[in-house]
Amino acid sequence: MSRYSALGLLRGALNGQKHWQPAWRDPEPKSHYDIIIIGGGGHGLATAYYLAKVHGLRNIAVLEKGWIGGGNTGRNTTIVRSNYRLEPLHNLFEFGLKLWHGMSDELNYNVMFSPRGAMFLGHSDADMVKLAERGDAMRCDGIDADLMTRDEVAKLEPLLDMSRDARFPIQGGLIQRRGGSARHDAVAWGYARGADSFGVDIIQKCEVTGFVRDGNAVVGVETTRGRIGAGRVGICVAGHSGHVAAMAGLKLPVESQTLQAMVTEGVKPMINSVIMSQSLHCYISQSDKGGIVFGGDPDNWPSYAQRGHPMVMEGAVAQGLALVPALSRLRMVRTWSGVTDMSFDGAPIIGETPVPNLYINGGWCYGGFKATPASGWTYAHTLATGKPHPLNAPFSLDRFERGATIDETGSGPMPNSR
Amino acid sequence: MMQITCPHCGPRAQSEFIYERTVDSVVPLDAAPEQAMAALFSRTNPRGVDEEIWRHTYGCRAWLVMTRHRVTNEISATRAVGPEALP
Repeated sequence: MSRYSALGLLRGALNGQKHWQPAWRDPEPKSHYDIIIIGGGGHGLATAYYLAKVHGLRNIAVLEKGWIGGGNTGRNTTIVRSNYRLEPLHNLFEFGLKLWHGMSDELNYNVMFSPRGAMFLGHSDADMVKLAERGDAMRCDGIDADLMTRDEVAKLEPLLDMSRDARFPIQGGLIQRRGGSARHDAVAWGYARGADSFGVDIIQKCEVTGFVRDGNAVVGVETTRGRIGAGRVGICVAGHSGHVAAMAGLKLPVESQTLQAMVTEGVKPMINSVIMSQSLHCYISQSDKGGIVFGGDPDNWPSYAQRGHPMVMEGAVAQGLALVPALSRLRMVRTWSGVTDMSFDGAPIIGETPVPNLYINGGWCYGGFKATPASGWTYAHTLATGKPHPLNAPFSLDRFERGATIDETGSGPMPNSR
Repeated sequence: MMQITCPHCGPRAQSEFIYERTVDSVVPLDAAPEQAMAALFSRTNPRGVDEEIWRHTYGCRAWLVMTRHRVTNEISATRAVGPEALP
């Protein structure tokens, strides 16, 4: 793999840019791999990268039914943060946030990570108490969180409706200054290029249609490009976790729902941070291209449709407009939906399954993008050693039957009440 | 948006209905702990047809069972549940 550099660009400029090579190979599947990862999204590719980089494994394949990064990696709002209240969650996401800060250098690929600050708004006394509590919990574990006064919020985001008769009055906020956003495709492509350079086979247009079993154990996968043997198999397919796990006879604590987001035409910088309101469940940020990116609630009923419901979209936009009235002048240019695997406590599942040699990484609900590096790192550890990393140990699949759920919102087992 | 046929009110806009859970995840009152755990915390979650319980919350407020395809959103049947659905 040739390294990307400013000098290389300059040299290319003098040679008509003829030096560009494909960033990863397009190999035929081999008959056997030590580890097969099902799903070529950010998480799967990061897993393959860290398996090769950290654990020194080389005989690895990533199987992707479509094209890499074409699922939820390309269907989110690209927000990166670690401001969770519960310890297992903020430890995992904070580990990821640290990796985000060095990711472009690590991968020699510009993922355009922009730590512009991730801010939660508080709309009431109760909200402010909740935010203070969350910030305290984070600071106890060395994660940055600053409670903001109303004036500080207004100074950071002058276009917020701060008037006393606003539909959602703003009393203050909680900001994580190291949070921000990144370029989603670049994350998938950067990890793919990095993994490929270690010899990982990234096999696209290769859908897994079943598991090859020896007794109870999984010893390979059936795919649309033939049977491939494997020492260990890792499921990493986000919204389709239930579908793939069912091929191995597993029923997961997961329900797939649609989550949609949308973007306006590009305008000059008007939103400086990532504005979030958890009381409303609304996310607003501005992409580097200038478009205002909105996100809201999931559609709240099971769906694999990858298309959203106008009613939910309207709700998200109405909240955004109430917070930042100036947005009403913008035209919406694009909307998209991803299939999110809503777990039954709102936290991810990373670890073993009851089937020998089969592992699962899923249940990321609507919060998977920010976890990409941490998810890859811990899943790689789990797949390489057969044991969980301390960071993903609390997120095992059997935590539900043990009563050890990690329920950040305290809303109980129903994903549609989250 | 889907149009859902309420067994009591006829065809109505989806915005009047709220999804509850799947039929196979109803926990019987006399369920053993393992059975209750399985019903509460695991789903078939098929990329196809499943039977779901919805409620006509902003209408007659009755529960109903809907048979729906989760990719195409095609609703093949709705039926009433509760005492009024008994013969």
